[in-house]
Amino acid sequence: MGNFDKKLEKFWEVFYERNGYTKVITGLKNTLYIAIVGLAIGIVIGTVIAIIEVVPSNNRLMKILKGFCTFYVGLFRGTPIVVQLLVAYYVFLPLIGKNLPALNVCVLVFGLNSGAYVSEIMRSGILSVDPGQMEAGRALGLNYRVTMLKIVVPQAVKNILPTLGNEFIALIKETSVVSFVGTADLYVAFNYIGSNSYEFMVPYLAMALIYVVLVAIAAQLVRMMERSLRKSDRRN
Amino acid sequence: MIDVINLKKNYGKLEVLKGITTTIKKGEKVAIIGPSGSGKSTFLRCLNCMEEPTSGAVIFEGVNLADKKVDINIYRREMGMVFQQFNLFNNKTVIDNIMLAPVIIGTHELRLKRHRNFLKKIRNKFSRNKDDFYEIDTTVAKIKAEARENAMRLLKRIGLEDKAHVYPSTLSGGQKQRIAIVRALAMNPKVMLFDEPTSSLDPEMVGEVLDLIEQLANDGMTMVIVTHEMGFAKKVATRVLFMDEGKIVEENTPQEIFSNPQNYRTQEFLSKVL
Repeated sequence: MGNFDKKLEKFWEVFYERNGYTKVITGLKNTLYIAIVGLAIGIVIGTVIAIIEVVPSNNRLMKILKGFCTFYVGLFRGTPIVVQLLVAYYVFLPLIGKNLPALNVCVLVFGLNSGAYVSEIMRSGILSVDPGQMEAGRALGLNYRVTMLKIVVPQAVKNILPTLGNEFIALIKETSVVSFVGTADLYVAFNYIGSNSYEFMVPYLAMALIYVVLVAIAAQLVRMMERSLRKSDRRN
Repeated sequence: MIDVINLKKNYGKLEVLKGITTTIKKGEKVAIIGPSGSGKSTFLRCLNCMEEPTSGAVIFEGVNLADKKVDINIYRREMGMVFQQFNLFNNKTVIDNIMLAPVIIGTHELRLKRHRNFLKKIRNKFSRNKDDFYEIDTTVAKIKAEARENAMRLLKRIGLEDKAHVYPSTLSGGQKQRIAIVRALAMNPKVMLFDEPTSSLDPEMVGEVLDLIEQLANDGMTMVIVTHEMGFAKKVATRVLFMDEGKIVEENTPQEIFSNPQNYRTQEFLSKVL
């Protein structure tokens, strides 16, 4: 550890004097962008799938939709996200002849992937809501969709918020694989600093620290949201 | 008002209702009594199709609700229902619980009218006979204000206006049930269905809920009540149905049925509960 000062100095030189920090900021931005937008897409997709799965009616259209949902969830939970990224970027895009920026592909793939996970979380959340809530809505003459969206889903979301928070944290960490398709994330930034200073110890340590801090902030945010959503449970 | 014709309900092979025929007239207060598992609640829930009848008809103001082509939501708005477990919306404050359905349904109808008027406007451009537009004399804000006013009036009636902005979890069982009753009333129903409204209440709260139901009865509301409160049935009902094993075994005025039951099963049941 005698030369740790020297390593720190080298790191600082590339990080600060040779503008390495701009790369770190870009990486941080991309990481957060992918995680947040990915989760947002995931929640929308997951909610839709969860509702389709819990709808009681069983006509042919619903059967086809339910089958498709099962297939979708199986597909995205059954393959690693790196594989999904690679297939999306190097197989799917060329096949349809479109050229999307790598960052957008990452956001889409993370959204689709987390949609599969969120659907299971959301389904358990919807099932955890007292069936009497749905009955009361229907008895007032509201239709299934309105009752689901206005009464059941908000309560389900409240119940599953800690689990959704976990999903968000998992997403933040999983974004570290987006460099496989050339998106600049934290790994790319610190790798750049490392290879330019011929010194990897400090950059990777810093990267680990940033992830820890990110996750801690996310956990705190989730806790705050949970508290404000729980106000309907408190006795004044 | 409601004609029930040979109503049957099966859960798989289990026959819960074995052919029920009865008529509920406007202004009548019908109490349904009977041992547990006799199908009373299922019968009540078939009246607004919360349970879909297996066969038979439930004719409400000339419309067969058991028909799957009928849009049941429209008719449920005219039939208030009160549950044993209150079922207030946990994620809404008391006043929002009461306002929710009137506002959603009001704005939905308004939007539908605007949409149709728009289509008519286009059609009128191309056709010689001009269609009249639907009259629109309200706005979303107006619907909300009216619903809020109505909700406050109802809360005042039950003396809970100070609870308007709290969540249901802070209320006692009796308060919850009274709010559930006025929530149903906010839709101006033509008939009220009560599914054991006092069965999950602490004994000291039963009175306040029964008092409110009695007030409604005195105001002339048509109601069907599944209950275990024999004293209440005696006092408020104009007719009592005794059900056992999925059938109406005996029906009569409360005086007759409680003092002079004809069927031996009614006699047996009443000797146990009275």
